[in-house]
Amino acid sequence: MSAAAPPPPSAVDPLGEVTAALGPPRDDARLARRERLQVLFHSKSFIAGAIIVGFFVLCAIFGKMLVLQDPFAGSPINGLEAPSANNWFGTDRLGRDVFSRVIVGARDIMVIAPAATLLGTVIGTALGLVTGYFRGVVDDVLSRLIETVLALPVILVAVMALVSLGPSNLTIIFVVGFVFAPVIARTVRAAVLSERELEYVSAARLRNERTPYILFAEILPNVMGPVIVEFTVRLGYAIFIVATLSFLGLGVQPPSPDWGLQIFDHYGLISGGYWWPVLFPAAAIAILVIGVNLIADGLTQAFER
Amino acid sequence: MARFIAKRVALGLVTLVLLSMLVFFMANVLPGNVARRVLGPFASPTAVAQLNHQLGTDKPLITQYLNQMKGYLQGDMGKSVSTRQPISDVLWPALGHSIKLAVLAFLIVVPLSILGGVIAALNEGSTRDRVITVGGLSATAVPDFVWAVLLLIVFSLGLGIFPSTAAWPDGSGVLTQIRYLLLPAFCLVFVLFGYIARMARAGTIEALDADYTRTAVIKGLPQRKVLWRHVLRNSLLPTIAVIATQVGYLMGGLVVIELIFNYQGIGQMIFRAATQKDFPALEAAVLVVGVVFLLSTLVADVLYSILNPRVRLGSADQ
Repeated sequence: MSAAAPPPPSAVDPLGEVTAALGPPRDDARLARRERLQVLFHSKSFIAGAIIVGFFVLCAIFGKMLVLQDPFAGSPINGLEAPSANNWFGTDRLGRDVFSRVIVGARDIMVIAPAATLLGTVIGTALGLVTGYFRGVVDDVLSRLIETVLALPVILVAVMALVSLGPSNLTIIFVVGFVFAPVIARTVRAAVLSERELEYVSAARLRNERTPYILFAEILPNVMGPVIVEFTVRLGYAIFIVATLSFLGLGVQPPSPDWGLQIFDHYGLISGGYWWPVLFPAAAIAILVIGVNLIADGLTQAFER
Repeated sequence: MARFIAKRVALGLVTLVLLSMLVFFMANVLPGNVARRVLGPFASPTAVAQLNHQLGTDKPLITQYLNQMKGYLQGDMGKSVSTRQPISDVLWPALGHSIKLAVLAFLIVVPLSILGGVIAALNEGSTRDRVITVGGLSATAVPDFVWAVLLLIVFSLGLGIFPSTAAWPDGSGVLTQIRYLLLPAFCLVFVLFGYIARMARAGTIEALDADYTRTAVIKGLPQRKVLWRHVLRNSLLPTIAVIATQVGYLMGGLVVIELIFNYQGIGQMIFRAATQKDFPALEAAVLVVGVVFLLSTLVADVLYSILNPRVRLGSADQ
């Protein structure tokens, strides 16, 4: 009789109760993730964007292996020939094949833009976590500094810094990364502001966890959605900015077949009727940027439901 | 109201001081040795020392910064390293040219994008909505110089409707000037359309869902009246704020647009100063752009608070 009686409440294994309480949310998280992936793979914009970006990633990785002609070889005698069966996109001012230059030209921008965005996202996320979590003086000072950087068009900050430091691919990555950090910090800060009031944060604080642990192990995973969306959106801008810098002669340097550089070399010839050395690299930039934005659109739909 | 404006102006001034420090830092500290950057690695040490002395870059940084700010406040921006002319002689006319182009772009893009946004909102979820939203955002994401060359190829080379430069012949009338400015203005329009249309769309959708709109519909007001008097009046508020913040973006876009269309504005001036490593001119021009941007943000904030008392009262509590 007494053996069948339920144990007194105090005898219940406390850990077991905690794990039981933790169980369902974890399943929820997994379910949410699966649901998110489903939304993603049913989103037409995400699929279209992924195909476009995937194509350019292949171009960037395999480059020269994909083309029949050497993108760097040519002689000015064959310069500015219109598109033909031999040169699908025609030849440029120095007689180089525009088609192979457009394919191989994907590499620099596909390395610089993501690297710069990643750097900006890492710095910006850290800044946003700190400013959003601490509020007070730290937040006020950093917010004012962020606003100052945002008071200038990004492209002008980048131009000035690159003129001062001298252009190189590594410098572009650092400059664009640092310019992006405040923008990303602002988004992350807004997300952290609502997270910090939630119970799991107070619980962590009551458990006496160290602040870095609360910031990076507790809050960060919960604001990953906005961070990922922000990363893709910024990636589109990074391509915009890196291409523009190359076009201004402050980005990727010759003899790279970079798209912005090709346009800069030939835009003066448009009025003379030579449209092909400009049109194809310009179309490549436009298509890549739109592809990245389609991915961002799909991710936004998946995360912000 | 006065307190709100005073607070905004004070914050703006703080940002302005920080901005001047940032720009000073980029132009005078980042290069390491300014004269060495200007003259290149092969210049003699004496020439470098002489230029540094002439630019005042051999003095302590604090003195340099204070001297420069004193000059700016008195309207003296120093001399260009490359032309040796006073910078202000070039900068103010260039700014005037740029404002002309920017105003034309705004006159086209504001009605167009608001119309687009409202149409998208009224057809929310339909194909028309998707086309306007996704199309607008794609147009925004494509770099302005790409739009510029594409427009040049189609409208100047292909159809021959527009000139391939923005530099009109001397003594042209207003209409001719506008014809020369239309292509560059449209590059800016493409870049701005997406943002403004998106804000107008979001604002309109919110206003359409609001209780006051439902009340207006239920009490039998004609649809046109509901739209004008209740929906648009509320939905265009956030749009105004966005339009002003885009001024800064526009100034950035001008650098490449003016270069391609050979237009003597502040963007072209910044490009030239950048390629010639003319740090004093670059610093002055970038700072002026920053000031224009801060001013437009300030105007937007004040305008927004006049139109929407909730903002004003809310921030007075803080």
